[in-house]
Amino acid sequence: MSPAASKPASLLDVSLLKPALRDSLKKLHPRDVARNPVMFVVWAGSLLTTVLVVKDLVAPRPDAAPLWFTVSVTLWLWFTVLFANFAEAVAEGRGKAQAGALRKMRKDTTARRMVDGREERVPAPDLRKGDLVACEAGDLIPGDGEVVEGIASVDESAITGESAPVIRESGGDRSAVTGGTKVLSDRIVVRISVNPGESFLDRMIGLVEGAARQKTPNEIALHILLVGLTIVFLLACVTLVPLALYSGVPLSGTAVVALLVCLIPTTIGGLLSAIGIAGMDRLLRKNVLAMSGRAVEAAGDVDTLLLDKTGTITLGNRMATELLPMPGIRMEELAEASQLASLADETPEGRSIVTLVKDTYKMRPHELQAHHATFVPFTAQTRMSGCDLVDPHPRGIRKGAVDAIVKHVQAQGGAVPAELVQAAGRIGDAGGTPLAVSDGARLLGIIHLKDVVKGGIKERFDRFRAMGIRTVMITGDNPRTAAAIAREAGVDDFLAEATPEAKLALIRTEQGRGKLVAMTGDGTNDAPALAQADVGVAMNTGTQAAKEAGNMVDLDSNPTKLLEVVEVGKQLLMTRGTLTTFSIANDVAKYFAILPALFMGVFPEMAPLNVMGLASPFSAILSAVIFNALIIIALIPLALRGVRYRPLGAAALLRRSLLLYGVGGVIVPFVGIKVIDVLLGAVGLV
Amino acid sequence: MTLIGWSQILLFFGLVLAVTKPLGTYLFRVFEGDSQPLPRVLGPVERVLLRLCGAADRREQTWVRYSLALLAFSLFSVLSVYLLQRLQHLLPLNPQGLGAVGPELAFNTAASFTTNTNWQSYGGESTLSYLSQMAGLAWQNFVSAAAGIGVALALARGFTRRPGPEGQKTLGNFWVDLIRGTLYVLLPVCFVYALFLVSQGVLQNFSAYPELVTLEGGRQTLAMGPVASQEAIKMLGTNGGGFFNANSAHPFENPTPLTNLVQMFSIFAIPAALTHTYGKMAGDTKQGWALFAAMSVLFFAGVATAYAAETQPNAAVASAAQVARAGNMEGKEVRYGLSASALFATVTTDASCGAVNSMHDSFNPLGGLVPLVNMQLGEVIFGGVGAGLYGILIMVVLSVFIAGLMVGRTPEYLGKKIEAKEMKLAMLYVLIFPLFILGLAAVAAVIPQGVSSLNDAGPHGLSEILYAYTSGTANNGSAFAGLNANTPFWNITLGLAMLGGRFLMIVPALALAGSMVGKKVVPAGPGTFPTNGTLFTGLLVSVVVIVGALTFFPVLSLGPIVEHFLAGAGKVY
Repeated sequence: MSPAASKPASLLDVSLLKPALRDSLKKLHPRDVARNPVMFVVWAGSLLTTVLVVKDLVAPRPDAAPLWFTVSVTLWLWFTVLFANFAEAVAEGRGKAQAGALRKMRKDTTARRMVDGREERVPAPDLRKGDLVACEAGDLIPGDGEVVEGIASVDESAITGESAPVIRESGGDRSAVTGGTKVLSDRIVVRISVNPGESFLDRMIGLVEGAARQKTPNEIALHILLVGLTIVFLLACVTLVPLALYSGVPLSGTAVVALLVCLIPTTIGGLLSAIGIAGMDRLLRKNVLAMSGRAVEAAGDVDTLLLDKTGTITLGNRMATELLPMPGIRMEELAEASQLASLADETPEGRSIVTLVKDTYKMRPHELQAHHATFVPFTAQTRMSGCDLVDPHPRGIRKGAVDAIVKHVQAQGGAVPAELVQAAGRIGDAGGTPLAVSDGARLLGIIHLKDVVKGGIKERFDRFRAMGIRTVMITGDNPRTAAAIAREAGVDDFLAEATPEAKLALIRTEQGRGKLVAMTGDGTNDAPALAQADVGVAMNTGTQAAKEAGNMVDLDSNPTKLLEVVEVGKQLLMTRGTLTTFSIANDVAKYFAILPALFMGVFPEMAPLNVMGLASPFSAILSAVIFNALIIIALIPLALRGVRYRPLGAAALLRRSLLLYGVGGVIVPFVGIKVIDVLLGAVGLV
Repeated sequence: MTLIGWSQILLFFGLVLAVTKPLGTYLFRVFEGDSQPLPRVLGPVERVLLRLCGAADRREQTWVRYSLALLAFSLFSVLSVYLLQRLQHLLPLNPQGLGAVGPELAFNTAASFTTNTNWQSYGGESTLSYLSQMAGLAWQNFVSAAAGIGVALALARGFTRRPGPEGQKTLGNFWVDLIRGTLYVLLPVCFVYALFLVSQGVLQNFSAYPELVTLEGGRQTLAMGPVASQEAIKMLGTNGGGFFNANSAHPFENPTPLTNLVQMFSIFAIPAALTHTYGKMAGDTKQGWALFAAMSVLFFAGVATAYAAETQPNAAVASAAQVARAGNMEGKEVRYGLSASALFATVTTDASCGAVNSMHDSFNPLGGLVPLVNMQLGEVIFGGVGAGLYGILIMVVLSVFIAGLMVGRTPEYLGKKIEAKEMKLAMLYVLIFPLFILGLAAVAAVIPQGVSSLNDAGPHGLSEILYAYTSGTANNGSAFAGLNANTPFWNITLGLAMLGGRFLMIVPALALAGSMVGKKVVPAGPGTFPTNGTLFTGLLVSVVVIVGALTFFPVLSLGPIVEHFLAGAGKVY
């Protein structure tokens, strides 16, 4: 089992429940509880009421509350702490299960270390940075590194969940390999790039286990709010004792602790860390590995997305879509020449030309051998390719960039028709790339290569616009081409003829205007921009440099993933917000349950305040405490799953959430407490 | 409730609504404009005063320097007002030959007038010389109000300033704000206002108190003094300290229904206008109107409750049909009636003014609950001059933080992120109220020094204790009455409550301003949490109510709320 390939565990997987229950008991240790001040207050309160129960047992007082009441309240207070612990334990447990699977993978790998040209077998953990190891078909790659020799197909499904093998070769942007993945064919030599314990796999285990988890900035701020509210309620409850004494109302310690626990924001306090862990976990399920929780939070705030054109907005390759013959040239002649020039061209563009000619002009591919053709490959100097024929008469057919072909034709004394420049201009304006085709000194025509915008991408950008996020397309194309594609894809802006410097400058400008920028990248030259961006998602297929620079790695290497990353970030923040609102709104009903119960013994006239009509003061307090504890359990699924994000725009989203969690938060406990009260009555407890 | 009663309330609110924009625009020009009004006349005065304060260069201050200047000035104020009272028997303008004020009372009064509270443990006519009233109290009325406006402006600058590439650290200059507020706003308005009051019959003289023989043949001493000049700033600066003990119920302070209306209007004028000033500073006046709307909702909720409660007969006399039909007129002036009395009580406690034209102690339990709750909500319903704006802005920070996350972004206000540090400061601000009000009330409710001052037993006595500390901490200064506050225990604890409620809240507010002012501004877009619409107004109202109600509901239910139910059952205190 691998983390990514595993089925998303159901929210409360039975196999995870047992360890989670055990962990929630372990977390009762004061050291653990003290990390969460809100729950620490509950913990201390439970301890206090436990002492009171013991005192009542040892030396019963006649005026004390009935023992069944103090015992039940105490029990339910402890449950409140346990439930909060349980929420955290479940969230951590899901991570741990994945970490366990990963750890299994790390074991029992032996590496074939190359020393002075010889191979020696060593256990993988003994490898150090800089060691060279050989891997052949069937071997597990023993550690993260870079291919320095050879090419191989590698099964990375353990990391990515993607079963199709990928090619890894020395040099270029596809040289990075990850420890724990499997070589399927051929032999490569890998230079190990990390020491034991720092590998990708190790970091991944640390992250999913939550060991490396630190509170994120917004989480800290929220904690301060919750602690502040807790102190306010502590003051309100502690001062209530003397103030009630003045009014002749004796308050029992148990009742005051019950009031305090119900008022302090235990719901959000108990679920806060679970929400954070679950957010990281959700991202991992989308096969994105966040290096910090801070990055996930920042993703929710992103204002500007920088997206590479190729692969993200358009399909990876340009396709030939039409042929434009020059005046006096027959279409058949152009089609044939285009085909001949592309037959030996294995690039996707070349193949698309052959396909176009075959499908549209019904010409079977020629046999190059039959013509005694010699293939002329593309070089960066000539910027054209083609073939030279001997049979039936010597011909030199070329295709390539328009200016290169023009120069080539003119060098042989040929003329360049004016229509050529016009046609090339038209194609460029429409976002296409013109390729000129020539036969000797004759210019035959133009092939229109077109970027194909991915289906559905426009709708996705519309969603982003609704969220208030601006999309910027990054491309190496000239501005005219870029503008046309940008228009077709529906991005808000584009950066044409982009160099790594220009990208970096664009990010800095956006950030200077106070915006948060997210981008994806894979190449080494993306590294500076990835590091500068607030959210930098590196492709797993990318270079080590890119992966180090970004703060997230997309294991699927799917550039559109950025969109999902943003959604997960927003979900995380929304879940916190809704539960905070809900938690605070709950207090209204709890007041109406507990306050009349506290005072009605002395002031029976206060009965109208008991709006829920709760059976007795004891039952009212107990019901509120039970509700307060159960609501934590009830909301664990929401905390783990996250609130659903809808791209509606902030105003509509806020209205919806306020209605659901604010107004709902006021109403739900009225119903819940009443139901518990009725049930308590039905079992005959009160 | 009657139509006439409600039309008085609506007329009052219409006036406030009408003045908000013009006065707000004027304030914006005074404090943020390049040139101030009447440069030939007032310009030289401003420059001389600035030189006197050592701020001739008008250099802007960081939040630390701004706070230090404010604290130094306030310390000077406390000491000078204290000394003035202690030495008044040696000083001129004391025709009645009133003696030196005792140390605890002098401390209490000095703290009270420095903090814009104007809690009065003394009776003006029997305790203070004309010099103490004018040079001590009236002077403080001006400068404490101007200082409050300064703090509000500093916080507003913190939110609204757009830092340049070299950053931004400063929030304005305390001395400039103090002097401009006094010179261009408070003094000119009060000059005209005082003349109007004199025309209506308010006193303005330095006479000794004449003895009169009344129609029944009894003898009576009539208190005199420079009342109108102090009355004007008492209202406009939301100070509320009456020249006479009876405050605005006294015919020489508030003689006619017209003065009554103008007095209430002048309480709300500057606090309401400041919301518009704020909107202009934010470059979006809707931001200001959203605050104004939230304040208005809370105002109407309060006045409607108070008015409805007071139209019910007093439970003690409910059986006497003749009396009962008039509603609860106990402790109210017949020349104002129920509506204008309930309105005055609401306005004065909304706005941390503290002037009274009726005895809040005599209100029905729920009628008395309204002033209490108004104050406990943090004096943010228009609030004190300046204090109301900075108070509501802290509530805005809380609202934005609690609900802002629900739009899927980390919280931000006017494009600036609200982070851990701001939350810490906002929570420090919020904690002061429960700490001082509940903490001190809990002590006073159980020790003999506290309880012995009470006139009434039971829940009503608790309300009296609670009201005193609420009024002090909220810097309101109105008294529930029924409590003898002129004892060493009460003078000292209330003095501390007032100082805490002013300066322990101002310093976090200024620190918050300092931490916000340099933040980068994220331009607003469709994904930004909107803070200038009705939705936000509703949210802000809920947060103000919930934060206030959740804190004080338990103790209120032992005070006015239980008293209400007991009164329904025929038990009165």
